[in-house]
Amino acid sequence: MSCEYELVAGLETHVELSTKTKIFCSCSTAFGGQPNSHCCPVCIGLPGTLPKLNRQVVRYAIRAGLALGCRISEISKMDRKNYVYPDLPKAYQISQFDKPLCRDGAVELSNGRTIRINRIHIEEDAGKLIHERGDTFVDYNRGGVPLIEIVTEPDFRSVSEVKEYVELLQLTMKYLGISDCRMEEGSLRCDVNLSVRPQGSETLGTRTEIKNMNSFTHIARAIEYEFSRQQELLAAGEPVIQETLRYDTTSGVTESMRSKEDAQDYRYFRDPDLVTIRVTPEEIEELRASLPELPAAKAIRFTAQYGLSGADSALLSRYPRCADYFEQAAAGLKKPRIAANFLLGQVFSRLGSEAAKEACVIPFDAAALHRLAALVEDGKINMGLAKSTLERMLDLGKGPEDLLSPADMEAVDDKKLEELCRAAIEADPRAAEGFLGGKEKALQALIGAVMRATRGRASAPAAEKQLRMLLKP
Amino acid sequence: MSMIQVVQAKLAAGEFSCRELTCAYLDAIGRDNGALNAYVRTTPDVALEAADRVDRKLARGEALLPLEGVPMTLKDNISTRGVETTCCSRMLQGYVPIYSAFVWEVLQKQGAVLLGKTNMDEFAMGSSSETSCFGGSLNPHDLSRVAGGSSGGAASAVAGNLAVYGLGSDTGGSIRQPASFCGVTGLKPSYGAVSRFGLVAYASSLDQIGPIAPSAGDCAAIYDVISEYDPMDSTCRGRREAALPRLEEGIRGMKIGMPEEYFSGVRPEVLSALESAGEVFRSLGAELVPFRLPALQYALPVYYILACAEAASNLGRYDGIRYGYRTAHYSGVHDMVCRTRTEGFGKEVQRRILLGNYVLSSGYYDAYYKKAQGLRGAIVKGFREAFEKCDIIMAPTVPMTAFPQNFTGADPVETYLTDICTVPVNIAGLPALSTPCGYDSGGLPIGMQLIGNTFCEASILTAAHQYEKAAGQHKATKWGVTL
Repeated sequence: MSCEYELVAGLETHVELSTKTKIFCSCSTAFGGQPNSHCCPVCIGLPGTLPKLNRQVVRYAIRAGLALGCRISEISKMDRKNYVYPDLPKAYQISQFDKPLCRDGAVELSNGRTIRINRIHIEEDAGKLIHERGDTFVDYNRGGVPLIEIVTEPDFRSVSEVKEYVELLQLTMKYLGISDCRMEEGSLRCDVNLSVRPQGSETLGTRTEIKNMNSFTHIARAIEYEFSRQQELLAAGEPVIQETLRYDTTSGVTESMRSKEDAQDYRYFRDPDLVTIRVTPEEIEELRASLPELPAAKAIRFTAQYGLSGADSALLSRYPRCADYFEQAAAGLKKPRIAANFLLGQVFSRLGSEAAKEACVIPFDAAALHRLAALVEDGKINMGLAKSTLERMLDLGKGPEDLLSPADMEAVDDKKLEELCRAAIEADPRAAEGFLGGKEKALQALIGAVMRATRGRASAPAAEKQLRMLLKP
Repeated sequence: MSMIQVVQAKLAAGEFSCRELTCAYLDAIGRDNGALNAYVRTTPDVALEAADRVDRKLARGEALLPLEGVPMTLKDNISTRGVETTCCSRMLQGYVPIYSAFVWEVLQKQGAVLLGKTNMDEFAMGSSSETSCFGGSLNPHDLSRVAGGSSGGAASAVAGNLAVYGLGSDTGGSIRQPASFCGVTGLKPSYGAVSRFGLVAYASSLDQIGPIAPSAGDCAAIYDVISEYDPMDSTCRGRREAALPRLEEGIRGMKIGMPEEYFSGVRPEVLSALESAGEVFRSLGAELVPFRLPALQYALPVYYILACAEAASNLGRYDGIRYGYRTAHYSGVHDMVCRTRTEGFGKEVQRRILLGNYVLSSGYYDAYYKKAQGLRGAIVKGFREAFEKCDIIMAPTVPMTAFPQNFTGADPVETYLTDICTVPVNIAGLPALSTPCGYDSGGLPIGMQLIGNTFCEASILTAAHQYEKAAGQHKATKWGVTL
């Protein structure tokens, strides 16, 4: 191959909002439940029923829009997207076509590139088909669950950019508290538009669209597969056909669902059952003011305020609850990094799963971690003792003072150290003589004795210095 | 006195019990419905249970609510919990709603006595009730004629004295046209005055529920009850003012507009009946104001484009999966949906679904749907300007009197043209009524249409009431119950 190809991709991400009730009726949005138990005449589209927009959905979508730097439309509307499928009981999905709620946002990636957000709109989810016992059943529990669709421009140039973007999106939604983004439950799903072009070219190639993926692994593999498939086609002088694809997770290949020719004509038109959505500038400002600090901003602040490394700040900001916990623990510490190291090291390895980190299930409160870090900071205990104490705190759910004796926490000052060193020499005159006779190693025995006597609280270098002074011929 | 007042007075006076009254209507339906085909389903259990409640209340000496104890009907596209609601389509055979329409909830609280569900054109698409899967409703004034449509059953029942009043729905004239054909009064309220929740949708931006009754006074009483705000219908605001208290105000000084466009192509007998009605209004102190309303010329195409587009979408849900008709033999879900819809929908419904999908499809959207939306704005504006010149508008309801049977099946376009006088108000969301203003040489009723500004139902009901008092054109038919 003489030509190097570049990947060009855009993403459409569907995020289920975690409002209590559905977008057009008062049914629960809870995941699972007996099939068709979260349904009513409205969300199963019985004849004569009418939708009633859940205002909370608008507010959640605006929060998402503001967090992703979008302009919020003060006037928008709902449209009908008409298509026939058994999981869609009205034969149209109520969505937004030409007047989305949010437009023109952007997301910064860590490599400095910007992904432009074209639009964010609100819509209803469809039900689910269940193939069982040789038959097909429909569960409408998910039908009418509110979604936002976040559409980017074709700004991605690599799989890792896509991955970072989706992770950031997921994290941002969690920060906003508007979605739990559980990919395994389908509450975050992606469609990828993908084309390739010769490196350096400015024109876009023919794109394909890979539909409905809900895991990072599948998204990455599908993109990699499709990228190489298109490159091979072009290298062989064959055209890429514009079509909609499905990624088969077992075979790991993309396969055609439909071509451009039989693309659906959705016959969009304004839904006459719903009125214009109006949002006042005051409401937008109120929502903007109520936005929490977002992950990127938090990471930057953590580095600046607590002196953490970029990696540690980023890691902490991935778990907002842990980040809060850290801030409580760090308050008033001269070296907050000590608390961060405890948390990201021993505590995180004990938490183990993503879910546990997200929930921040630590058996002792942030004040206890603060006290442990303060003991180290004040030189009352050394790091070794602190670490073993932390392990026991994690085991027993107790604070450091419950696990350390008063003597453990007594500071070993210079005077005390001198006393201890004299005592060590007295107790082991042979070692002292050995040292004086030129055996450097003999000094180690004396240092060890001092350390044992202080249960490790004394500083070994300080003890060595003191011993050398005392044993000076 | 309005019919409702007469019935309630007799009930209160103990002239008959509500059960006796209800049974009289049920008996009459049993006797005469075979000829009129006004009802597609009677609900004797529902009716008698309500009647007995009314009788117990009367026995306790309590006063009746405005519509309490009055036997009535609902068009078969108004959802009734526990009572089959089919829109007179094979597609909804056996469909029993699990919820009730808002208007029916309101009427039940009012102690209404539901006699049954009335015949209609399939999914309210038609002007003769003949697209009904149960066959057409006939005109109590002349059985060789249709009752009109789509709310033909309701008009036939009221004119045939098989109910005191009925609720119909009006998307392009479906209340007013049959009221005109059957010589009764029918009101299409302003868009948003009456909740559509539970009305099986034909064209959502045009549909509106309203009463068909013997007089304007009856319509006012019914309107005042059903025009309640419903939070479940985002497009519903409820009435601005009650009509009943204003009926006796008189119309001295009222300016009645007569847009020329409404009067062209109208049969001479209809024209002369309207002219006489105009004279009556003048004698009551009103002023007639002729003017032009050129935007009306777009009304028919705009209506058929918008109505069909919305219908195509609204009727997409009938796929045989969850309720209603399902084809007997099929292979796979796609085949099942296709066969079900082909067998379940009648010709007219299929025609409108095809038209609707056509005007919405990419490549044609701009030329049809978008253009029609634009012209809808022009029609709204035209009426707004008209109501700067007048208080209400007078026009024919239909350019002719009741069609002979099977007239509408022949040429759909010619049939669509007969909607020319009724569709403009649906496009503009205005209230309008039809009330009888004379009879043609064959003895068939002629309807006069009165159109009001948005949420000014009281004005047109008052004008109609004053007209009926001065020159009442209500002619009894030989059918049904005589009180």
